[in-house]
Amino acid sequence: MQTLDAVDAASLRSDVPDFRVGDTVKVHVNIIEGSRSRVQVFQGIVLKRQGDGVRETFTVRKISFQVGVERTFPVHSPVIDHIEIVSRGHVRRAKLYYLRDLRGKAARIREKR
Amino acid sequence: MANNTNTRKGLLGTKLGMTQVWDADNNVVPVTVIAAEPNVVTQIRTAETDGYTAVQIAYGSIDPRKASKPAAGHFAKAGVTPRRHLAEVRTDDISGYEVGQELSAEVFEAGTVVDVTGTSKGKGWAGVMKRYNFRGDDHSHGAHRNHRKPGSIGACATPGRVFKGQRMAGRMGGDRVTVQNLHIQAVDAEKNLLLVSGAIPGPKGQLVFVRTAVKGA
Repeated sequence: MQTLDAVDAASLRSDVPDFRVGDTVKVHVNIIEGSRSRVQVFQGIVLKRQGDGVRETFTVRKISFQVGVERTFPVHSPVIDHIEIVSRGHVRRAKLYYLRDLRGKAARIREKR
Repeated sequence: MANNTNTRKGLLGTKLGMTQVWDADNNVVPVTVIAAEPNVVTQIRTAETDGYTAVQIAYGSIDPRKASKPAAGHFAKAGVTPRRHLAEVRTDDISGYEVGQELSAEVFEAGTVVDVTGTSKGKGWAGVMKRYNFRGDDHSHGAHRNHRKPGSIGACATPGRVFKGQRMAGRMGGDRVTVQNLHIQAVDAEKNLLLVSGAIPGPKGQLVFVRTAVKGA
């Protein structure tokens, strides 16, 4: 119990699914262009989850046009419309940095049974 | 701007720590949380009796037996229980205040620009690199045991002494520091909290004095 938990409680989201490192997720991101607002999907493998409470963030990695792209979101960010879990991965690391050095077939993650 | 009437407001509070919130544009804002449990007005300074106008506020609980006799008498005159800290807010607009009145965090509204005064964290005896951001000397290239030393502190026989004010090692921190022009991100009236964007001086639990910004918005 930290002093400011009560303050942080207002910023926490209750609709965050229980996803873990190695899972493939679709992050639906709200994008506001002037007065228009639309939802963009960022799909990839969760590379890491870091931090705790309101400060917790996660990084998603995908390959876009043969270029690796990583995007880090605060877990409780209001920018996220919702998070969809595509598949659960079986991994033996908390941080999957080794994926950065792999490509193609080698960069696959075994699905959790 | 000399004829501008000064309507500054002030509150005493306790720094609780830092966290982050999201603003209206979904950007992360680092905030310092200040608890301002009711402040109480203990005296109003008027031009007739004191030669200037100000509001004296008190904050913080204290065992009434531990208040000194003069302080106890001062609080008794105001008709309030003794408090630990006293401060004065210089303001021309004293009409809204009366002795004994309780002031909550709602004195400020979100978006107000404020100055926050506190005592910085003590760093103990610190060398010139930490205390004054001196460069120090090379880590190698023949540097010998002078990596964090100040270098020269003056000339030779003329003047034959070190000038006053020469920056040297010494006690660092524990100074009264004011940070100007911080925005109030949010006010929690229920819990009497102020969320001020950015950092303020001192450790958690530090007494801080929040005032309307002197340089305005």
